[in-house]
Amino acid sequence: MQALKINKLDIAALISGLIFGVGLLLSGMANPKKVLDFLDIFGAWDPTLALVMIGAIMVTLPVYWLFRNKTTSLLGVPIQWPKATHIDRKLVIGGLGFGAGWGLAGFCPGPAIVAAAALTPAAMVFVVAMALGVLLHRTVHG
Amino acid sequence: MIAFENFTPLTGLTGGALIGLSAALFLALNGRIAGISGAFSTVLLPSPDARPKRWFILGLILAAPLWLITMGTPTIVVEQPMWIVVIAGLIVGYFTRLGSGCTSGHGVCGLSRLSMRSLVATLCFMAAGMFMVALTRHALTLIA
Repeated sequence: MQALKINKLDIAALISGLIFGVGLLLSGMANPKKVLDFLDIFGAWDPTLALVMIGAIMVTLPVYWLFRNKTTSLLGVPIQWPKATHIDRKLVIGGLGFGAGWGLAGFCPGPAIVAAAALTPAAMVFVVAMALGVLLHRTVHG
Repeated sequence: MIAFENFTPLTGLTGGALIGLSAALFLALNGRIAGISGAFSTVLLPSPDARPKRWFILGLILAAPLWLITMGTPTIVVEQPMWIVVIAGLIVGYFTRLGSGCTSGHGVCGLSRLSMRSLVATLCFMAAGMFMVALTRHALTLIA
């Protein structure tokens, strides 16, 4: 951390992260089996994940829409909307590759971190491997 | 076939709404997109924009002990052998960076700001995830 003093922005971010984690746990998305049961459209399909996404977007979309032309947040920092709009090979290959890894173990980054923090051994291993994957990407792509 | 015995629409929608609230707050207060793969990478690598994202990840981590204390042990079932988990982790880490996002950044936040780029990414990872599960659960029966 750059500074010693904790400010209200730090607390806001902490609370946002906390709510996200609780949402993942409540929805069952921290459980990789439930995620795989959603992706398993040829098996005993569990549609819950679709409702999680719908529930999330129903809240986020209107707030994003309200802020769409704003340049500063309510706490006075610049809003950083993603600037990229182009659809390129990196995006498609990244999405396909990520999906393959997601379907392999049922973990995406958020649930993996939450399950690791709940001391699930496999999730802790996954997060370490995921960190190595991130570092590998940095090494390859700079 | 929908497995109604596993389907949990109410906690799914409510938990989803909390995830949406989190993403909305992170934008409204911190001016940032709640993308977990990107936030996680700021814990590992230097970034000029690391501070709010590191605090976000700390909050995400603290959700687990909070849940353990108030609600008890969450159900987390991992059926795969550890070597598969390792490969999956490596793949997810690498390709979420290549594609600039995961289920949160593209799936929740990107779709909420009606980004065509995120829609493409979301369709890609959903399709690939479904394909991989079809392969491992039905074609290969790798996970018995």
